[in-house]
Amino acid sequence: MQLSREQLLDAYTRMRTIRAFEEKLEELVKAGKLGGFLHLYAGEEAVAVGVCSQLGNADIVTSTHRGHGHCIAKGVDVKGMMAELFGRATGVCKGKGGSMHIADVDCGMLGANGIVGAGIPLTTGAALTAKLKKTENVAVCFFGDGATNQGQFHESLNMASNWKLPAVYVVENNGFGEFTPTEYVVPVKDIAERARSYAMRSDIADGMDFFDVYERAGEAIERARRGEGPTLLECKTYRFMGHFVGDPLVYRPKEEAEDWIQNRDPLQIFEAKVAEAGLVEESDLREIDGAVTRLLEEAIAEAEAAPLPDLSSILADVYAE
Amino acid sequence: MSRKLSTGRAINEALRIAMETDPDVILLGEDVVGGGTLEGDDLEEMGGVVGTTKGLVKQFGRDRVLDTPISEMGLLGTAVGAAATGLRPVAELMFMDFLGVSLDPLLNQAAKLRYMFGGKVRIPLTVRTLCGAGMQAAAQHSQSLYWITAGIPGLKTVIPSNPADAKGLLLAAIRDDNPVVFCEPKLVLNQVGEVPEGDYEVPIGVANLAREGGDVSLVGFGGTVPIALRAADLLAAEGIQADVLDLRSLAPLDEEAILTTLEKTGSLVVVDESTPRCGIASDVAALCVDRGFDFLNTPVRRVTAPHAPVPFSAVLEKAYLPSAERVAATVRELG
Ligand SMILES: Cc1ncc(C[n+]2csc(CCOP(=O)(O)OP(=O)(O)O)c2C)c(N)n1
Repeated sequence: MQLSREQLLDAYTRMRTIRAFEEKLEELVKAGKLGGFLHLYAGEEAVAVGVCSQLGNADIVTSTHRGHGHCIAKGVDVKGMMAELFGRATGVCKGKGGSMHIADVDCGMLGANGIVGAGIPLTTGAALTAKLKKTENVAVCFFGDGATNQGQFHESLNMASNWKLPAVYVVENNGFGEFTPTEYVVPVKDIAERARSYAMRSDIADGMDFFDVYERAGEAIERARRGEGPTLLECKTYRFMGHFVGDPLVYRPKEEAEDWIQNRDPLQIFEAKVAEAGLVEESDLREIDGAVTRLLEEAIAEAEAAPLPDLSSILADVYAE
Repeated sequence: MSRKLSTGRAINEALRIAMETDPDVILLGEDVVGGGTLEGDDLEEMGGVVGTTKGLVKQFGRDRVLDTPISEMGLLGTAVGAAATGLRPVAELMFMDFLGVSLDPLLNQAAKLRYMFGGKVRIPLTVRTLCGAGMQAAAQHSQSLYWITAGIPGLKTVIPSNPADAKGLLLAAIRDDNPVVFCEPKLVLNQVGEVPEGDYEVPIGVANLAREGGDVSLVGFGGTVPIALRAADLLAAEGIQADVLDLRSLAPLDEEAILTTLEKTGSLVVVDESTPRCGIASDVAALCVDRGFDFLNTPVRRVTAPHAPVPFSAVLEKAYLPSAERVAATVRELG
């Protein structure tokens, strides 16, 4: 696997943007400037970016309640996202969706989803479209370990495997579903094992390592494009922040979280790897950090200044005209 | 004796009393324990997404307070099976919107087994569920879908408007031998009020006249009761005295209480935070023209949300929900 300097800088920009976006949101909620239920993706950046950097606009992704990272990785406009979270008319969903339903189908992003597991069959359907219309597009679904206990997961995998659909099911195993540790509710050691019941290929990636995700996801995506059917790709990861903003985090050991945050940060791992290989300069990365900070400051200022939705818009878009 | 508690705490107290008085009562749902440990270390459990079940696992143990996987269809079906065979489960469906992924166990199993089996089985099941808007939780976490459950023969549906009723209604629901859907409206979850100590029940199917007026009847339930009460205050300042009737139970519906207030005032406005079609407000309006036609001096009016999903933006959500101002304005229009 050879990534160009440009691709590496692009991947880093996306990961840094996700991290900075989530850190800003946490600040904004705590300052009382943002409302709603926000689930932040910090810590899991390598998964979204490792997968999405290999997708085009016409490839579809579906996401979860923790969807900002997938949006940014798939190329959704960060300013439009920020405006959405501020409930503005200029938001990517015109203020109707908010964090849990953030989406932009123009970028092939078929939505965050407030219903755990519900994105999985949507991906199956998108893959069916690709297959029947012979587009060579793929559909990728991101979901949590907890979502693999939903019927929709099992029903989808069965159909996708049977129909050899061009889909990749990416499970982000971050060790918890809300507050409940995964091992309380999932009897298999690796979620990837669940593919066996559906005669589906599976793989396990280190979800903190962009390069490992990139490589394994790349193989799955290429298989799907070649018409060789779907894959269940488990990425082992960790969420650095609470389940939602405001989560007191009483239920998980502080040392465990500290260990992941200090020693397994996907951004640091990325930086160390590219530095070691001499692929990019540290100054390149710092420049990106600065640009990301400025982008977010602008995004927030513009969102705050943007108009609120007109009340008449409540009834708009309930049905297609 | 009573003291002030939030609705959430009142519900917690009802669960504790129900579990203390009946060993067959169990709780199951997603994160009803919510982390913590099986044994040993000092991690704390969350007790549900809004902390309603916190503390119960310490008293009753993990055999009676069960964290389920995120499998609503499975957990409700399991609860129905357990109820049919000797337990008295209280299942939690975290948000009522999740009926979308779990309806069959309620619709085709809990509601129908007894009837289909010639009365030979009882389903003493309670399903607690958060409903309604007001937290900017947007389209998939803000719906008031009690019109679905209230319309299914075999199920009961109740919805408290204050902490004291929440405690008494939940105890009645748990002890009822039928499946009861217990709605927990977000608009009243954090409301604080006097709650009697000890064990008491609020009977299912009995509405409560929350305020006596005489000029007009305002009918509400759950989160729209505080709205109707504020509207009554606004109207009182203009010399219009309103009855405020709190339905408390949507199925069965206390038709006599609705007709009684209508007979007294001749004018009725029903306030529902759900969407307008096929709903409770329409049901109440139909009752008024069907059985109460001779009492009516004015048209029956419904104040509801619009026929649209719940929007995210705070300004839109506020405009979406019924308000005291809209209720008062509707009454003024009646003349
Ligand atoms: C159908 C449904 N059930 C429950 C919930 C509440 N809920 C939101 S996130 C979540 C945990 C999801 O865990 P997981 O799938 O592992 O994703 P993670 O949050 O860890 O990213 C739950 C139970 C929901 N939104 N939808």
